[in-house]
Amino acid sequence: MRTFLAILLVSGVGFMTNTAVADDVHVAVASNFSKPLQEIGTKFKAATGHDIKVSAGATGKLYAQIENGAPFEVFISADSKTPKKLVEAKQAEADSQFTYAFGTLVVWSNKDGYVDDKGEVLKTGEFQHLAIANPKTAPYGTAGMEVLEKLGLKDAVTPKLVQGENITQTYDFVSTGNAELGFVALSQVSKDGKLKSGSAWQVPEEMYTPMAQDAVLLSKGKDNAAAKALLDYLKGEDAQAIISSYGYEIPTHPRRDAKSCVSTSANPC
Amino acid sequence: MRLYQCQPMLSAGDWSAIWLTFKLASLTTLILLLIGTPLAWHLARTRRWWKAPLSAVVALPIVLPPTVLGFYLLITMGPKGPIGQLTASLGLGTLPFTFSGLVIASVFYSLPFVVQPIQNAFETLDMRLMEAASTLRAKPLDAFFSVALPMARPGFLTACILGFAHTVGEFGVVLMIGGNIPDKTRVVSVQIYDHVESMEYAQAHWLAGGMVVFSFIVLLLMYTLNRGIRMPKP
Repeated sequence: MRTFLAILLVSGVGFMTNTAVADDVHVAVASNFSKPLQEIGTKFKAATGHDIKVSAGATGKLYAQIENGAPFEVFISADSKTPKKLVEAKQAEADSQFTYAFGTLVVWSNKDGYVDDKGEVLKTGEFQHLAIANPKTAPYGTAGMEVLEKLGLKDAVTPKLVQGENITQTYDFVSTGNAELGFVALSQVSKDGKLKSGSAWQVPEEMYTPMAQDAVLLSKGKDNAAAKALLDYLKGEDAQAIISSYGYEIPTHPRRDAKSCVSTSANPC
Repeated sequence: MRLYQCQPMLSAGDWSAIWLTFKLASLTTLILLLIGTPLAWHLARTRRWWKAPLSAVVALPIVLPPTVLGFYLLITMGPKGPIGQLTASLGLGTLPFTFSGLVIASVFYSLPFVVQPIQNAFETLDMRLMEAASTLRAKPLDAFFSVALPMARPGFLTACILGFAHTVGEFGVVLMIGGNIPDKTRVVSVQIYDHVESMEYAQAHWLAGGMVVFSFIVLLLMYTLNRGIRMPKP
């Protein structure tokens, strides 16, 4: 028994030192971005030789884990508020936070032709369930509620709302047909600019507050060159091309950059 | 993290979630007793080949992650699934996002926790007593109610408590098929999760702490009562 324990202890210590030495970076990523990150990770490895280890989860949960000492070095969030909080809590490096993408909201149904390209289907009310991510906790849910409010449909539609705990579960509700339609992320239903299935209305950007998604270097990764390299890579053209192919808007998009520009018919932005 | 900025204890939403959870757990336990008792009797007595496969099916929810169960329920009860098409053709609509849907899901989820204690109690039952009852001209059903049931009382007590408590603690399944609708499917465990996710830690504490106390009391009750009941010696 004693030898067994000794072996366990020694091998345990061995494993621990192993991971500390390796030249890779441990990334916490919001679930909705885990697929693009995989693709980025492959290219990043080819370009730099660094490996990324990915832990995907809901932004709020990752936040709680990081605050409680999780060994992540880079945090790729689904919002900008959570990285900011981590900076304030001195868990992340203040000057490292930047926006890597903007989320795009769509109303989607898994049925062809169900959602028209103006979103009129929302006004008909001819559906039993409208799926939305929890507006209290998920950015896409908050954005969805803003749209309903703008359309003056909030009170009429509220009894029909079913809430997913996050945007992935909301997508599940709609893709299984349990909800006829729902507010989901464009990145979930399209690839390379094409809708993968069903029908969708891409909600005009001015109808909801831009959903900036930020990344930040965590305190645990401040001495890791690979972590910094990954953040730089994320800002680069290669990564941005992948991000935009998944249906996100990239920060260099002219409309988003021209914050002060007011679009008029005479002067389109 | 500042956890202890205490605010008013429970909101109206919290109370509604508690009441809903209580309703769900009670109804589920009741249904499980009705279904579970004959099933447990059958499993305890049968020597047919299907005993092992049937026992395995009953025990599945112990092993399966709740999300797996929830995922399949979402699909089978959905508009394209067999149960969903059945309920839709009966004019009941589909079950996800309804309270009835939660009850059905909970029945599946807590099935082994009710069936197994009762089955164990039936298995240790001395069959000679049943035979004695029938020599006294008791009909089988009469013998069952006046001999087998009273003797299996500790098993039933355990079954009720575990069935109820396990349903109260249900989370993954509800999350998958509930849709988080206030007063309909937002039970305590989901409400706690919501509080934590929105970083309302004080409110989460009240509910979560309440759950811990509740679970402890329930288990304490079970162990105390079950020690008190002695099986009458034949």
